[in-house]
Amino acid sequence: MNEEIIISGRMNPKIDPVLAIWGWEIPLYLFLGGLAAGILFFAALYTILGREKELPTAVRKATFLVPAILVIGLFALFLDLKNKLYFWQLYTTIRLESPMSWGAWVLMLVTPLSIVWCVAYWRDLVPNWKFKVEWLEFIEEQVNKYRKPLAWVMIVSSVILGIYTGILLSAFNARPLWNTSILGPLFLVSGLSTGAAVIMCMSKDHLERTLFSKIDLILIGIEIFFIIHLFMGFLASNAAQIEAAQLFLGGAYTLPFWGGVVVLGLLVPAILEIMELRGKKIPVAFPAFLILLGGMIFRFIMVDAGQLSKYLY
Amino acid sequence: MRYAMVIDTKKCVGCSDCVVACQNENRVPIGYCRDWVIEHAKGTFPNVSIELRSERCNHCENSPCVRCCPTGASHYEEGGLVKVTRHECIGCGACVQSCPYDARYSHPDGFVDKCTFCHHRLQEGKLPSCVSVCPTECMYFGDLDDKESKVYQLLQNRDWKVLAPEVGTKPHVYYLI
Repeated sequence: MNEEIIISGRMNPKIDPVLAIWGWEIPLYLFLGGLAAGILFFAALYTILGREKELPTAVRKATFLVPAILVIGLFALFLDLKNKLYFWQLYTTIRLESPMSWGAWVLMLVTPLSIVWCVAYWRDLVPNWKFKVEWLEFIEEQVNKYRKPLAWVMIVSSVILGIYTGILLSAFNARPLWNTSILGPLFLVSGLSTGAAVIMCMSKDHLERTLFSKIDLILIGIEIFFIIHLFMGFLASNAAQIEAAQLFLGGAYTLPFWGGVVVLGLLVPAILEIMELRGKKIPVAFPAFLILLGGMIFRFIMVDAGQLSKYLY
Repeated sequence: MRYAMVIDTKKCVGCSDCVVACQNENRVPIGYCRDWVIEHAKGTFPNVSIELRSERCNHCENSPCVRCCPTGASHYEEGGLVKVTRHECIGCGACVQSCPYDARYSHPDGFVDKCTFCHHRLQEGKLPSCVSVCPTECMYFGDLDDKESKVYQLLQNRDWKVLAPEVGTKPHVYYLI
């Protein structure tokens, strides 16, 4: 029998009895960042492929949500800081070793990029709109002229944004549940899937809707494959990671993970989408909502459970 | 120069004097602490043993907290000390997550705080406050690069361990066992 107790009465808030330094702000941001990355990725992808006309929701309409999503996400990140007024110090250094520094700088690139992208398509939303300021018209003109190169920058930065949401966690070797390199790709695919769900939900065009339904199905498949790999990796790893995996295999997070994320967030929407593709009438908002909800629960329990996992010494 | 702390678990009685000395010396806010004492009991009666350890920041050679800090507030000082520059810390919590020893905490004034090996005392030629008050003299502090130093000698002649070496942090707090 092994027992370890702190006899000097250490009770540091948010550290003891279990680590809880990150609350709802970080997982919410991870979800919104992934969602924004997903929407931007498809907008850029189909611009590069030259299919703007066929897929108006993916390339134009859905991207109008992105600046709002990113601003809410950034605000959540800001709330997480304990020394809020010093947030600007993120932008006085570039630290290549620090995932959070990467994230801060990528957001600094992606947020303006998404706003510029929307400015150029603003007339789609409000026809005959006249920009009151000259430089906005200048931006619009330039973006429309260099749309393809811009799409290339956006596709790369959206992948970095999406994958970063996972790497932020996986770079912490002190938390065995996060310390796995599959987390980056898993969060990226999950983010793309939520992005596809939003596009699917907003689209009024049958062709576009079926396309994103199919894309989403493939992404769900990849996600399940990654989740299986995640647990194979844990169970074939060291004692700390085996212990961490137990949180999901009989531990406190078993039901929220397998029930909330895997069944409700992946399997049920996949079945609904297959039924829809076979001609059954299913309101598209239903699978889309489940995917978004599953993606959000996934981030919340990964952040929560990760803080419970630790090295045993 | 490589600062190191060597703690003799055979001599420690778990009085927590080191904890109180640190709280006093470093004006640690009430309800917080930078060091703490662990009682590790193992075995089944009658084959039981107890190990007492005074734990704190390990001032790792390969510090995950320095690596993940987005502003550079967490940094190495002379002698391998790991310190936080308060006015550069934004309190993002990344270093707290990165520490396998949970040695860092969020100070109510909005920055992350932890043991400094009493850097301010070292500069005056004094020992860290926890070491200086230990009534059983089970704690030693010195330079590992100095072959004459007590810490170097102890690590040469006694069995020792560091905490969670498998994380790869290369801690600078050693426990004699």
